[in-house]
Amino acid sequence: MMVRGSLGTSLKGAVMAEYLVLIYSNEASWATTDEAFSAKIMDGHNKFGEKHGAALRGGNALEPTMSSTSVRSNGSGEFVTTDGPFAETKEALGGYYVVEADDLDAAIAIAKDIPAPFGGVEVRPIRNMS
Amino acid sequence: MAATIRITRDFDVAEECVQDAFARALATWSVQGIPTSPGAWLTTVARRRAIDIGRRRDVAVRSQHYLVIDDTVADPETPDGEFEDDRLRLIFTCCHPSLATDTQVALALRMLCGLSTAEVAKAFLVKESAMAARLTRAKKKIALARIPYRVPERSELRGRIDAVLLVIHLLFTTGHTSPLGENLSQVDLVERALDLARMVHGLLPDDAEGTGLLALILLTDSRRGTRVNPEGEFLKLADQDRSQWHLESIDEGLALVGESIRRGRPGRFTLMAAIAAVHSSASHWDETDWAEIVGLYDLLLVAWPSPVVALNRAVALSFAQGPSAGLSALDALSTDPQLSTYPYLAAARGDCLERLERFAEARSAFEEAAMLTENLVERDFLRSRIAQLK
Repeated sequence: MMVRGSLGTSLKGAVMAEYLVLIYSNEASWATTDEAFSAKIMDGHNKFGEKHGAALRGGNALEPTMSSTSVRSNGSGEFVTTDGPFAETKEALGGYYVVEADDLDAAIAIAKDIPAPFGGVEVRPIRNMS
Repeated sequence: MAATIRITRDFDVAEECVQDAFARALATWSVQGIPTSPGAWLTTVARRRAIDIGRRRDVAVRSQHYLVIDDTVADPETPDGEFEDDRLRLIFTCCHPSLATDTQVALALRMLCGLSTAEVAKAFLVKESAMAARLTRAKKKIALARIPYRVPERSELRGRIDAVLLVIHLLFTTGHTSPLGENLSQVDLVERALDLARMVHGLLPDDAEGTGLLALILLTDSRRGTRVNPEGEFLKLADQDRSQWHLESIDEGLALVGESIRRGRPGRFTLMAAIAAVHSSASHWDETDWAEIVGLYDLLLVAWPSPVVALNRAVALSFAQGPSAGLSALDALSTDPQLSTYPYLAAARGDCLERLERFAEARSAFEEAAMLTENLVERDFLRSRIAQLK
């Protein structure tokens, strides 16, 4: 079965997918922590980076949502800017990684290693626009 | 279907290929006769069609929306055993934890077992349009998020098994009594459920609920040949010829129930299997240990709080303590929205009312049940009970 063989193998390299892993956490809980705790989490991220460096395509921590500004179009060419994030939720977006993985299981396996003490992560496929 | 998905990597295209194969079968078989192995013929045609489509597909589109196939597994087009593996892979894809539990089950019934959207909707007691929308979303998510097509690693298996067992059970119940149609049961669905239960039990032999589910299916299906009379009319458990129950299935089922119970606190499938085992162990309807069955239903209601379980418990109660006790238990369920279109509630009320000699009320209950059921064998049975009330 040459046809399926080529379908399977020739695509193998080309079909890695990228996922955005969004790190959500409760900012109020973070505010109660001390420096030693922050250092421990930072160390966790460093270890995560070492372990999954080959799969990482980017990532950053974000400043708290109080520093955020939302900009919306009002539909008639004007914009309204408001203080704060787009959606007010208890657990806010606090950082992200872009990871490359074969499939969702592989992406989830990587995501499980991300330190997220006051929340969790969301694994979202990045749309391939090419 | 499972074997075709491996090639198309796309649920919708695979469905088209399979439908196409059936259409060709009608045309070809009417001229050339039915081949010796119709199932294999259909699979081959569907897979060839899938390969054709694959050849013509645009590579850019291909890179994004396909199922992720684990290429390290063997070529599936060899012996029959490989197709079984495809079925296991497909069921684990459908039951991926990134899909909502209800969606997992619905998707597997539709994709793996070939149930129509209407039948799946019926199994979930929801509207067909709602089910169609849910299935479309699920297929889209599998493609976009790249939920892989494979049996999970051993370390993940335990966490993934419950959804799979649920699917196999729903598949079995749907086959055991078709929600729609002219036949009481769909033997192919029942056998597929039995095969899958065996495969999962083989994969995780020490899983108590996997063992319990296999036992449940074996014990229930042991009565297959006795559920209708030679005229195709439905026979109640009380009227079945127990000497015709399939002894090998019963022996195997009873041994498995025992094995599962010894593993500790029994789960829902083990409890249901234990209930089936009580029936299997009674050589006559009059010897049924109804108190034991009610006790098992009490445990089952804790393990699985469902109005359908409560309904079955009420029926058992009507035999353990008499029809008026059964009737009050049934009436307590009459406001449950999930049971509002469920024919067995009205049928069970009719049965209790008839035994209480409240014939006029029994008649209207049976009429309601006959109106609600979409299985023609059941409807005929209910009509004959109405006729006997005169």
